[in-house]
Amino acid sequence: MATVTLRAQAPARRVGLLAGLEHTATLAWRNLVQIKHNPMELMDLSIQPVMFLLLFTYVFGGQMSGSTHAYLQFALAGIIVQNGLFATLNTAVGLNNDIQKGVFDRLRSLPIARSAPLAGRVAADLLKQVWSMALMLGLGLALGFRPGAGVLGVLGATLLMVVFALAMSWLSVLIGMLASSPEKVQMMAFVVMFPLTFSSSAFVSPATMPGWMQAWVKVNPVTALVDAMRALLNGGPLAASLTHSLLWAAALAAVFFPLALRAYQGRA
Amino acid sequence: MEFAIRAEGLVKTFGTTRALDGVDLVARTGTVLGVLGPNGAGKTTAVRILATLLRPDGGRAQVGGLDVVRDAGAVRAAIGLTGQYAAVDEMLTGTENLVMIGRLLGLPRPAAKARAAELLAGFSLTDAGGRAAGTYSGGMRRRLDLAASLVGRPGVLFLDEPTTGLDPHSRGELWDVVRGLVADGVTVLLTTQYLEEADQLADEIAVIDHGRVIAGGTPDQLKAQVGGQTLELRPARPAELPQVRAVLAAVSGREPELSPTGLLSVPARDDSVMPAVVARLTDAGLVAGELALRGSSLDEVFLTLTGHREPATDEPNDTMKVGV
Repeated sequence: MATVTLRAQAPARRVGLLAGLEHTATLAWRNLVQIKHNPMELMDLSIQPVMFLLLFTYVFGGQMSGSTHAYLQFALAGIIVQNGLFATLNTAVGLNNDIQKGVFDRLRSLPIARSAPLAGRVAADLLKQVWSMALMLGLGLALGFRPGAGVLGVLGATLLMVVFALAMSWLSVLIGMLASSPEKVQMMAFVVMFPLTFSSSAFVSPATMPGWMQAWVKVNPVTALVDAMRALLNGGPLAASLTHSLLWAAALAAVFFPLALRAYQGRA
Repeated sequence: MEFAIRAEGLVKTFGTTRALDGVDLVARTGTVLGVLGPNGAGKTTAVRILATLLRPDGGRAQVGGLDVVRDAGAVRAAIGLTGQYAAVDEMLTGTENLVMIGRLLGLPRPAAKARAAELLAGFSLTDAGGRAAGTYSGGMRRRLDLAASLVGRPGVLFLDEPTTGLDPHSRGELWDVVRGLVADGVTVLLTTQYLEEADQLADEIAVIDHGRVIAGGTPDQLKAQVGGQTLELRPARPAELPQVRAVLAAVSGREPELSPTGLLSVPARDDSVMPAVVARLTDAGLVAGELALRGSSLDEVFLTLTGHREPATDEPNDTMKVGV
């Protein structure tokens, strides 16, 4: 049995910023190293994006745009956005899992920065987000996608996706804190995210849709994001859609960040 | 510091439910306080308050001399918590789980690894250290969970129903670990539904029901509260039951209870009851098939105090059988 001794010193009451960052980094590491032992997660992060990219391109491509190559050029931005928005819900699933399994309580009983369990999770999920996006871009390039706006455009698109995902992740945190089980979160992903991402400019030009649908698609924040991503990746007019999508990101964060934090502190 | 844990008048309500209704708890440094009670009695709520996971609505509590609300951060540095669920990350290996906690507690990576290896060895998990915790058996997971709460060498350890759902062998192993920790000077607060567990481990017991402490003391004091010993007798010939019953009533001055299996029992206040019963039976030519003097178990204490029997009771092991 390991020797256990009484700890006499009373450590600082508040956790310093540097220590807080270290705690966050450790917990982000925890969420990343999990991938090693959980093939399912690798599947979510790698195989699913690749599968969607290949299916959309080679099943729909010919019919949609006359050639798979042309459709890939059009749809890559949309596929990346859809995948990225779905991935934001991983934050909810992970947090909820930690709460149900008691891991969350264990972390909160440690003398660490109160924000670290949340920040570590969100940071790790954003890194996963970048990985999935890089994979899709790489595969896209290999299949013939040509970024019309060059390297800067690709970097800008990655940044925009991360910013938007970060804004969305507060909604995800809120869901994760309130949902009664990880399964419910997964269900929500399908019920909300599928219609939300499909009823946008992600996969087809809205011009072919019925009028009432076009009206919705125009105001759907996913459309703004897809249009901005497409402009960044393919080239084309950017200002309006970029402003529009950044405003949406700001609005989402403004609404859900305080709500998520309140739910989190309610537990903390 | 005389008391490692000290709670006064803790109150906590959830909606309209009063989970804690003025709970006082004290644990002397270096001892085990057993908090015993049925499901929903408020045991977990009390632990969560003491472990800084929940703020009390009323009352106050100190752990290691520090206020659990005002000095929550310092309390967290002094405690270890093992909750009702084995709170280990199933997707990390045993080693990674412990290294993570070590890193969070500010240990440099090599020190965190060394501490993890030390704890794994102490809990017979060295061979499983490289495997994901999700592949562990229930007992192994509990041991890893307990190891995780010990990474920071806490002076006060909270164990919330640590053996619920474990087989008797794993339960015994965990008891040994707790005894070892106490021998090293750790103060343990242990909640349990198992009366035997409280009897085995606790120096003092607090019985909680409906958010209140309804009794407290050492296991022996609690047993004494309910009365000394019980004499049990089963007539060898069922036809003699009325006569045997009369003998017991005459000696003890109390009407014996008859169990459905034909076992008669009366309280035995002092040591003279047993020889007197034997002598009277012999005189009357009656034969006892089974005669035993039994110390009252915590089970009976619990029944007496709460008015309901716990589902998870074990056979009392302090039965003294006397063949006649």
